Amino acid sequence: MTSNFLKASAGLAAVFCLAACSGGGTASSGSGETSSEDGGEVVRINLDPYPSTYEPMASGTTLIQNATIFDGLGGQIDDGDVLIENGLISAVGVDLEVPEGATVIDAVGRYVTPGVIDIHSHLGVYPSPGVGAHSDGNEATQPVTAEVWAEHSVWPQDPGFEAALAGGVTTLHVLPGSANLFGGRGVTLRNVSGRTVQEMKFPDAPYTLKMACGENPSRVYGNRGTSPATDMGNMAGYRAAWQRASDYRDDWHEYWDAAEAGEDASPPRRDLELDTMMGVLEGEVLVQMHCYRADQMAQIMDLAREFDYQVTTFHHAVEAYKIPDLLAENGACVAVWADWGGFKMEAYDSIRENLALSHANGACAMIHSDDSGGIQRLNQEIAKALADGRRAGIEISEAEAWTWVANNPATALGIADQTGSLQPGLRGDVVLWSGNPYSVYTRADQVWIDGAMAFNRADESTQPVRDFMLGQPGEGDQ
Amino acid sequence: MKQILSALAVTALTASSALAQTYAVTNGRVVTNTNAGIIENGTVLLRDGDIVAVGAEVAIPADATVIDADGGWITPGIFAPYTQLGLIEVALEASTNDAGADDSDFSVALDVADSFNPAGTHIPSTRMEGVTRVAVYPSTGFNIFGGHGALASTRGDADSLFEHGSFVFADLSQSGASRAGGSRSAAWTYLDAAFEDAAGYLGRYSNAHHGDALDRYDAAALVPVVRGEVPLVVNVDRAADIRRAIRFRNEHPPLRMIIQGGAEAWMVADELAAAGIPVLIDPIRNLPGSFDSLGSTLAAAERLHAAGVTVAYTTETADGYFNARLLAQHAGNSVAHGVSWSDAFAAITRVPAEIYGVDARYGSLAAGYAGDVVVWDGDPLEVMSAPTHVLIDGAQTVLESRQTMLRDRYMDITDETPFAYRR
Repeated sequence: MTSNFLKASAGLAAVFCLAACSGGGTASSGSGETSSEDGGEVVRINLDPYPSTYEPMASGTTLIQNATIFDGLGGQIDDGDVLIENGLISAVGVDLEVPEGATVIDAVGRYVTPGVIDIHSHLGVYPSPGVGAHSDGNEATQPVTAEVWAEHSVWPQDPGFEAALAGGVTTLHVLPGSANLFGGRGVTLRNVSGRTVQEMKFPDAPYTLKMACGENPSRVYGNRGTSPATDMGNMAGYRAAWQRASDYRDDWHEYWDAAEAGEDASPPRRDLELDTMMGVLEGEVLVQMHCYRADQMAQIMDLAREFDYQVTTFHHAVEAYKIPDLLAENGACVAVWADWGGFKMEAYDSIRENLALSHANGACAMIHSDDSGGIQRLNQEIAKALADGRRAGIEISEAEAWTWVANNPATALGIADQTGSLQPGLRGDVVLWSGNPYSVYTRADQVWIDGAMAFNRADESTQPVRDFMLGQPGEGDQ
Repeated sequence: MKQILSALAVTALTASSALAQTYAVTNGRVVTNTNAGIIENGTVLLRDGDIVAVGAEVAIPADATVIDADGGWITPGIFAPYTQLGLIEVALEASTNDAGADDSDFSVALDVADSFNPAGTHIPSTRMEGVTRVAVYPSTGFNIFGGHGALASTRGDADSLFEHGSFVFADLSQSGASRAGGSRSAAWTYLDAAFEDAAGYLGRYSNAHHGDALDRYDAAALVPVVRGEVPLVVNVDRAADIRRAIRFRNEHPPLRMIIQGGAEAWMVADELAAAGIPVLIDPIRNLPGSFDSLGSTLAAAERLHAAGVTVAYTTETADGYFNARLLAQHAGNSVAHGVSWSDAFAAITRVPAEIYGVDARYGSLAAGYAGDVVVWDGDPLEVMSAPTHVLIDGAQTVLESRQTMLRDRYMDITDETPFAYRR
């Protein structure tokens, strides 16, 4: 977790176990919803009822030599080496010593980067094939469904995961869809094969809350003759919900304060929807919000100020280039496409320079796919964004642009101290590219996740095939 | 199909910055798409709209405007063979989406030429990425037929649409089956009956408005397809459906057929090659989006080329109105997955022109061809390359779009001029 998350997490723990922990009780991640202490029962909230059971695959010591390295933080090393040991990056530099027993890979003419991170994916919740039974991404039954969790919809057998892996994706954030004002929790996954989603969950990654601006909620509910039917209805819907969450949080604080003081107090009635929103207000759950237009993002940043929370990232944000100053002032990041748009009115002002221009004008910016095809080629997407930016006169280096698929999305997911850059001590999430990853002709040759080779283009035995594809036409084809 | 002859007038709002004149495009790597191959440091000479010379030793007339490629690439314009350009401005806004007509009483007779809007803002943004010709497709409506498609340039003026009635589009995949009543057998029965209606036109309609499948006006519109004068583009993905399509073609000479979609076409590549049926595929389509397309793979394009199938590429996995301009990227990815550069480039230039029967004018650089020439700052299939000049019908076009205007307005956010006054 990032330092931000640690702070937020500690803050939340303090809130949630103010009473329970006061007598030297354990941290808030206990298994039950209640705990006994000094004979009195104090209700607490289990923050991790569906814990990750992810275990890295077996790995050895790997030394990649003589590569061009983009470190994911904006740095470049020519003719450099990356050493992966015990599942972690252990050294990055020039002419590293070869440890005993290391697998040595000569990468002359090739490139090494941290694994690609996609902050906006619907793999698993809108899987391939797109049959009705698997349309699990939108709980479009009411506009506020903060109580649903995307991980409970993820089908681990989506063949889209392995296709993304062949494109160098090692971490992805799977979100509910955008039909609702509050769509539910997102989940950050390691891009590994698992029988269960728990086996794919990124350990200790912060939870996120998907929210949505604009046309989608007002169209979905307006067409049913219910609220929200307009942009102002959307805003009213967010405000009413945040007010409830705020009251809920106050009720819990009041309860914990009373319990701490030894008073006889009854806990508030547990509300799963408001639990998630309270997590946002406490700074633990990160808001990932679908928003296209500049004016709508500005409204949302006012909303966040009104209810004292932070929007971590605006997703899609096709008009981010119009308000990089506002975004920077508010500390909100943007996750965008390179050049998609036009499919609806709020996407009409999409420009190819959005990413480069937002970045250059001070916003924290990154690429995202929102697409099972696009996630396979995020290197090409940032290549286009970089080239279009340069043609408009924006000077950005290739290494700096790699932050758009690496450290920036890692930061926006609260996992930048674990992955997203090549630094000693971080997870061994590494891609070896056949050439410059900004070329359309370049492919990921090998992909390591936590130091284990998860994909090897030259070896079919190191290419995962999901259950669904067994016995189907094209089984094992990329 | 019908050639469209219209006035030569070019209005101020169109792509053309000048009337056709004499241009010499020089100092570049010329990809001819002909037996001349690639000419290093070559020149393309255009006069009055057409190419008049291509080579390494072309004499440049004194009155020619010289366009220096500066060591870049000089190629034919990209020909996108499966788009809805000019039909859709904002896909989700029905009032701006003229691609399909679910509630029409007509189907085969519908002609996208009547819907095509050359002033659509996606045309300049497509043109400036090197796409100069497009096939414009209708969506299907109440039955398996979408109607007649057309061919257009991306000039964006009144003369953009240069041919209509170019093909008829029909959906025989799962979605077509659904429109036909719920099964593939329903879809093929409908197509069979429609062909009988058209073959029996006019006689079977002498006393009746209705046929077995088509009403009188739609049956009349299908006659050129039955006679092999206009190709039938059949949207199918599953290998079994493609085999069924081949059988249908063989049972209905002189029908000309084109397969669109073709996710599993590689599984029947030899049969397609033997039948001489061309295929439109998106080379980056590799996920089983449905049970029709389980065999989708990045290897599909290479396998089809290797089997000798005539293949052109589409942007089907993206869309056909906003993202047709990304066709070169799709082609570049096919090269990354085994296709030769020349096959990939031909699949977005010469081959589409061949498939639509206009390869004597478009898709190559040679004397007598229309003056569709693009100058690139690098390999046109590379994602970081872009055109520096786009000539269509021998005239330079302006590489600006509504998108670039928005970009320019917001480039400098510190400028104190209010945004709406920046133009």
